[in-house]
Amino acid sequence: MESLRKHFNLLSLFAVLYLAFLYVPVLLLPLFSFNDNIYVTLPFKGFTLKWYENLMANSALQAALWASVKVGVGVSIGSTFFGLLAARAMTRYRIPFRRGIYALIMLPLVIPYMVIGVSTLVILRRGLDVDLSLWTVGASHVLITVPLSMLVLIARMEGFDRSLEEASRDLGDSAWQSFRRVTLPLVMPGIVSSLLLCFITSFDEYLLAFFLAGSEATLPIFIFSSLRFPSKIPDVLALGSLILMVSIVLVVFAEWLRRRGVSGSDSSVL
Amino acid sequence: MAAPMISLKSVSKRFGTFAAVDSASFDIAPGEFFSLLGPSGCGKTTLLRMIGGFERQTEGDILIDGEAMGIRPPNQRPTNMVFQSYAIFPHLDIAENIAYGLINRGLDKASIAKKVAQALDMVRLSGLGNRRANQISGGQRQRVALARAIVCEPKVLLLDEPLGALDKKLREEMQIELRQLQKSLGITFIFVTHDQEEALSLSDRIAVMARGQVLQIDTAAALYERPNCREVAGFIGNMNFFEGRIVSIAGGVAAIEIAPGQHVRVPATNGAAPGETAIVAVRPEKIDAVATAPQGSDNVVSGRALAGSYLGDRSLLLADWREGTAPISVSLQNRRSAVDADIFTKDAELWLTWPIEAGVLLKN
Repeated sequence: MESLRKHFNLLSLFAVLYLAFLYVPVLLLPLFSFNDNIYVTLPFKGFTLKWYENLMANSALQAALWASVKVGVGVSIGSTFFGLLAARAMTRYRIPFRRGIYALIMLPLVIPYMVIGVSTLVILRRGLDVDLSLWTVGASHVLITVPLSMLVLIARMEGFDRSLEEASRDLGDSAWQSFRRVTLPLVMPGIVSSLLLCFITSFDEYLLAFFLAGSEATLPIFIFSSLRFPSKIPDVLALGSLILMVSIVLVVFAEWLRRRGVSGSDSSVL
Repeated sequence: MAAPMISLKSVSKRFGTFAAVDSASFDIAPGEFFSLLGPSGCGKTTLLRMIGGFERQTEGDILIDGEAMGIRPPNQRPTNMVFQSYAIFPHLDIAENIAYGLINRGLDKASIAKKVAQALDMVRLSGLGNRRANQISGGQRQRVALARAIVCEPKVLLLDEPLGALDKKLREEMQIELRQLQKSLGITFIFVTHDQEEALSLSDRIAVMARGQVLQIDTAAALYERPNCREVAGFIGNMNFFEGRIVSIAGGVAAIEIAPGQHVRVPATNGAAPGETAIVAVRPEKIDAVATAPQGSDNVVSGRALAGSYLGDRSLLLADWREGTAPISVSLQNRRSAVDADIFTKDAELWLTWPIEAGVLLKN
């Protein structure tokens, strides 16, 4: 009993340290964003909102933020669409070379982004003579997020009884109607997860964006270049705090949506 | 048979050299309660799914009400299915589940609501229309699946082991309900099960399947009394087998030598000829066991008691009659208060007798 309690205490300590390691830096971010000091050091000098005011005035930063949001939204929708098709093919059809195709789709997850970035750059510029832009960044992000989306959606599609789809066909649905009336509502929580996951992945991806962005910078590139100028660091902290807040709101919203989807009562076919 | 509701024309489902269903050809009459019975993996579910359009046959065709189905998808067939897992849509409530198929038929809201109410009433689920699948019991889910299919007014209702997931008592109740429902609706039912008792008590006719083959199609009584092969005889109920050789056929009765010098007689079947090896099959309840050598019986086999058990309404007896053969099981009705208690003691000498017509002659 004694040893058990001791064991438990050690585990608790580990858990606390682990959580602190994960979240203290993240929580310090908003704290320092209100600190009236250009250097990110203790002690706190005073409360200020001027870094947030700077943000409002910083048009380059806003452009970068807007670029990242555009790319992120486009990528999350595109990847989730392709992921849905791939997941359906993997779980619902007997296709030749299934395992091989699956492996090929998953491969970008383990190829270093540097390799993908360089090779894509060479192909786009030398091979196809395509100008670099947010489109090329988005395309590379689709490449790396389709596997994530497919994984999430395969898990979801395998999670429900196949005969549900058969039942809808049996009750008169065409293949498309069956997809819309049964598959889609049941896969919806997975689609929401996939959209969020792909958006987040694209939103803070640096390396591919660095290789493939043209004149328009995405947010990670802008932030990284700002770090060279100490005077801009507080702006970045303020921006980080805002993004953190939006992320929390998004995740809470997604969770709420998911729970509503599970026990919901207002979805209707009539 | 009048014009059949279902007509299978050499329907096969092959995967390479393996035949899940091997050239099934038979007809099912309108309004018939027809069962596909067999052990798991015998192809019964595959056959049902081909009729419903969920699997494509690799050969042959299926006619429903005279129309060739070819490779038509399920939504273009006059069939509806009750799935083994019930497949109640979890994102819809019970009423919406039942309305699902009606929406596809372009009915207006008022008549859909009316039909749904009637269907709920039919399966005694009135008042539960706005519940969800996870808020009702297994038996209720089963009835929702049934109502959802029947409300579409199919010509043929396909049922894939619909009672398999229910406990024994509920299953027996549902069997009665199912039979009554089928009688009152007059819809052709095709019922897949591996439970022989269920098939025997429900069906007008039963197709017994094994390894993709349809072995025999008959009424319950005919399957039990006149199985056409050893497999059917062994699958439906219990059966004793005596292997031997036909020595003579006279007056419709065949004599089979089951041991050197020992003969039993059995009604001859078409095509049986002296000299062939054959099997005589006898049901346990058709054999009598007595402690003294009987006089004037058709068939007599002497043996020794191996084990006996008293089951209230009847007693079971296992008897050895010959070294190296399976023991014979005998089921004795306990009509009198005391049966020959002697024959239940181990190693007691006893005689097994049965009339000629109790035996069935099977090809070996």
